[in-house]
Amino acid sequence: MSGPNTSYDPVRVAALSAEEVERMRAAGVAAVQGAGSLEELKAVRLAHAGDRSPLALANREIGALPPQARKEAGMRVGRARSEIATAIARRDEELQTEQERRMLLDETVDVTLPFDRDPRGARHPLTVLQERIAEFFVGMGWEVAEGPEVEAEWLNFDALNIGSDHPARTMMDTFFVDPPSARTVLRTHTSPVQARTMLTQPPPIYVVCPGRTFRTDELDATHSPVFHQVEGLAIDKGIGMSQLKGTLDHFATAMFGAGITTRFRPSYFPFTEPSAEVDLVCFVCRGAEPAVDSCRTCKGEGWIEWGGCGVVNPRVLVACGVDPAVYSGFAFGMGIERTLMFRNGVHDMRDMVEGDVRFALAFGSEV
Amino acid sequence: MRVPVSWLREYVDLPADLDVGELARRLTMLGLKLEALESPGADVSGPLFVGRVLDFEEEQHSNGKTIRWCQVDVGEPSARGVVCGARNFSTGDLVVVALPGTMLPGGFRIDARKTYGHVSDGMICSARELGLGDDHTGILVLGSEEAKVGDDAVAVLALRDDVIEFEINPDRSDALSLRGVARDAAIAYDVEFDDPAQRFPAATAGQGYPVAVRDVAGCDLFAALEVTGFDPAAPTPRWLARRVQLAGMRPISLAVDVTNYVMLELGNPIHGYDKQRLHGAITVRRAAAGERLTTLDGVERELDPDDLVIADDRGPIGLAGVMGGEATELSAASTDLVIEAAHFDAPSVARCARRHKLPSEASRRFERGVDPTIAPIAALRTAQLLTRYGGGQVAPVATVVGQPGAREAIEMPADLPERVAGFPITATESRAALEAVGCNVAIATDELLVATPPSWRPDLRDPNDLVEEVLRVVGYDKVPSVLPAAPAGRGFTHRQRQRRAIGTALAAAGYVEAVCYPFMATADCDNLGLAPADDRRRATRIANPLSEAEPLLRTTLLPGLLRAQARNIGRGRSDVALYEIGIVVRPRPGEPTRPPALGVGRAPTAEEYAKLDAALPAQPLHMGVVAAGNRSPAGWWGPAREATWADAVQACRLVADVTRTPLEVESAHVPPWHPGRSAVLRLDGVDIGHAGELHPAVCRSYGVPVRTVAAELDLEALSASAADPLLAPVLANFPVGKEDVALVVDDTIPAAAVEAVLREGAGELLESLRLFDVYVGEQVGTGRRSLAYSLRFRAADRTLTEAEIAAARDAAVALAGERLGARPRG
Ligand SMILES: [Zn+2]
Repeated sequence: MSGPNTSYDPVRVAALSAEEVERMRAAGVAAVQGAGSLEELKAVRLAHAGDRSPLALANREIGALPPQARKEAGMRVGRARSEIATAIARRDEELQTEQERRMLLDETVDVTLPFDRDPRGARHPLTVLQERIAEFFVGMGWEVAEGPEVEAEWLNFDALNIGSDHPARTMMDTFFVDPPSARTVLRTHTSPVQARTMLTQPPPIYVVCPGRTFRTDELDATHSPVFHQVEGLAIDKGIGMSQLKGTLDHFATAMFGAGITTRFRPSYFPFTEPSAEVDLVCFVCRGAEPAVDSCRTCKGEGWIEWGGCGVVNPRVLVACGVDPAVYSGFAFGMGIERTLMFRNGVHDMRDMVEGDVRFALAFGSEV
Repeated sequence: MRVPVSWLREYVDLPADLDVGELARRLTMLGLKLEALESPGADVSGPLFVGRVLDFEEEQHSNGKTIRWCQVDVGEPSARGVVCGARNFSTGDLVVVALPGTMLPGGFRIDARKTYGHVSDGMICSARELGLGDDHTGILVLGSEEAKVGDDAVAVLALRDDVIEFEINPDRSDALSLRGVARDAAIAYDVEFDDPAQRFPAATAGQGYPVAVRDVAGCDLFAALEVTGFDPAAPTPRWLARRVQLAGMRPISLAVDVTNYVMLELGNPIHGYDKQRLHGAITVRRAAAGERLTTLDGVERELDPDDLVIADDRGPIGLAGVMGGEATELSAASTDLVIEAAHFDAPSVARCARRHKLPSEASRRFERGVDPTIAPIAALRTAQLLTRYGGGQVAPVATVVGQPGAREAIEMPADLPERVAGFPITATESRAALEAVGCNVAIATDELLVATPPSWRPDLRDPNDLVEEVLRVVGYDKVPSVLPAAPAGRGFTHRQRQRRAIGTALAAAGYVEAVCYPFMATADCDNLGLAPADDRRRATRIANPLSEAEPLLRTTLLPGLLRAQARNIGRGRSDVALYEIGIVVRPRPGEPTRPPALGVGRAPTAEEYAKLDAALPAQPLHMGVVAAGNRSPAGWWGPAREATWADAVQACRLVADVTRTPLEVESAHVPPWHPGRSAVLRLDGVDIGHAGELHPAVCRSYGVPVRTVAAELDLEALSASAADPLLAPVLANFPVGKEDVALVVDDTIPAAAVEAVLREGAGELLESLRLFDVYVGEQVGTGRRSLAYSLRFRAADRTLTEAEIAAARDAAVALAGERLGARPRG
């Protein structure tokens, strides 16, 4: 249908006139600009750039022109159609952007809504603190030793120079397994792990032993029949009180922060000789001189009792197969609950043993 | 041990301007730990005078009370009028008068006040009002020789003092006496120590009251000294009663107060017998079976053949070193006394005191060790104090039976203190320190020190004991801080890392760790519905449990977790998920073995060590979880998701996952779980745990909501697995082929079985398989269900063709049809 039509009167092909093409182009561009939405733009595209748009129809008439006029008319229509197409593309992009902008605005939510759909749990602070202590010692090259909680009386007492008449061996402090002839106890400290380590591996030994221990104390705000200890043992050549002090000073700083120093004072433990009680400078009053009588944390003493320690009694070395002529060692022990109590301000022992989830949850993943 | 500082000064020349806090601190650094510091009388201020009652009128008042309107001379120009409610005084008596403005102990201020129709111009004080004890039966009447009118009563009555209370370590029995504390105080201030044991003479040994010691091991020295013509009514001198009182003992009578005074002073407990009530010789022996004794506290006790007793011809008259008997007790009529000062075997006294639950001041000292040589001195000191204040005669000689063994010298390498302490200590310093604590140093060269410990330090036995004494005197605070370099370690063990990973994973999954007591009751086994033959009923029993209700060591973590669960719910929390990682205790099968009897002179052999372990019950590490309520709460995002059996199983799968353990799951019918909603977890065909919904009866027993779920897994089996490094997977990047299949199967066929068959049938092209839907309903018919799986296929070396993927899928479906009767859902 767009074949040449020589009988056609060129004068009557008004649609291809420059004025008319310009008018259609202008109308098309104006319509594109006026499209306020992608839907409107779609209609404009159909009306001004579709197969039945005025310019498309006009383009069909080109064949009716004399050959010499076709090229110019073709170029004129093509340019107009191209301009409209460009305008549509630009407008389409504008409208797309606008639409997305509006859509994103519409999708605005309240980001303060809580989303506690999958509540987290928590490890117990006693576990985390034991681990943290173990990590500290592992960082110094020590290893973590463990042993049974139901333990041979010989390892819990005899090997540690706690003779059969020692008060700690009576029913007043120690849980005995029935029948007593089984000579089995619930370990009263983690020291049997130290004995086991000495009996099963050659020196040098640097081990830390965290674990659960038992004494026949009724549960109250400051006592529990089941509690946790961490003990350390170093057996090497030339080990004495000064290495013990160095280790505990470093340990105290790691646990309680810079400036928390330790103090040794004479004490008594059957498995160490000399023995010392290790005190920490009070966190609250920092041992201010003169003593602050009102400090409730240390009762004005400036120091808080942390644990016991000393040079391993040579009798213990002998019972555990270590030659005291060659090796010496130190040992120390601290209560984990006690450490947690004054490090983290826990007021009541019961909070740590009752399994109330509010306690553990409060700590997150760190103590 | 409570130490009045004024008393301490008798034996050690402390500075006049002594800071008591500093004294306490120095003694603490010597090992006598400050427990409390008191300053009795510090809150008392005058005008508090000694006055004489010039005259009084007794008045009966309408409230039934009789008072005395007294005229008292306090050394002022005119007498004061004072109202007094007591009547235990006469005209001319010396009394203590608190004039208006006086502050009495406890912040009690005295003012002139109108009472019973008079203006009382002060108060006549009782002993209690002055802080001098409990006596408030009447006012305090002073002896005419004690004071004169107008004296400051604070000084006359020694109202002000400082008392230091020490916590004494078990090895320092010597410090349970003024003598021992004074020795350390002298060291603390580097001043002279005047040892009361040298100041006071010993009784001369001879033929005194007859004594027979039949158990020399239990009593190596016994001194008996007679006092005759004693006045039992004589009052205790005020200073002596005050010292005894400040030291923490109640003044009772001159005889009792003096024995306590000497015990506090010298450390040797003293016992006094009424000689008139003794029958025949005093005998020290073990009790005979069936013997009985009524002790001073009025309790009749059945004696144990291990009890060391003091007896006369009629039988036991005291538990040696623990408590005397009622029958021979001193009374208000006792004029002739036999004083016992003895040394008893420490362990024997300790056993006796514990057996009879009778800790006393005496037993506390004997069981730690009393100076075995001091008895003859203590006996004479007691007798002399008694006769000085109560009249009578001390017998010229005492019966002294036994001879304590001499102390053996200890040889110590001269450089040992320095080696142990870690800083220079010369042999000269060591010698001086050892002599200061009472050792007799015979040799002190650059190589060797030979020191004989003093009689009052039974704890000193080894060279290291001497080192502690040296270090104590030189100063623990001098120990330098030197960080030792440990050899390179191996870090945490696989087992330790695994335990942490499991805890971390469970916490991340919403479980909160509980650290429960490892005790349980027989009732727990019933509450859990365990069958009579269930292995979990075989529990290790504690001989002396804190609570008779829970005498067993747990064989399962569940009772503790369920109690914690109930506690949380009781405290108002409805959604609780707990976990615990801890040991359970399982007696070994068969007859328990006995551990070998081992000495301490050498290490046990490997065989003996193995026997020690074999005698212990097994203590495997378990993981337990319980959950109730919602695992995921309802919210604006949608409805809640309740904890179900599947959560319990999933907790185990999670543990298996993080430890790379191939866990098999099968349905189980094991208490305490719901028979249709619980699983057994297997590793290599061995049951290692169970999980699921708890039986409703179990929930009711523990007070937790019905449908609480729980799991318990033995972690020992896991710790062995997956220790080796994992071979990393190869990540193929050829396109994935996805196929979904829905199979209708009999609903008794577990999903795990269907999955296993599909995996087998699909062959090695199968990359993954996931069950994404379970449908039960009319479309598939009753007794059947449809399981829908999405399968992903991929090859490592090529893009799979449609035909290959279809063939693999068809093979999977075909095998499921063949093995399980599954047919594709139409
Ligand atoms: Zn403080």
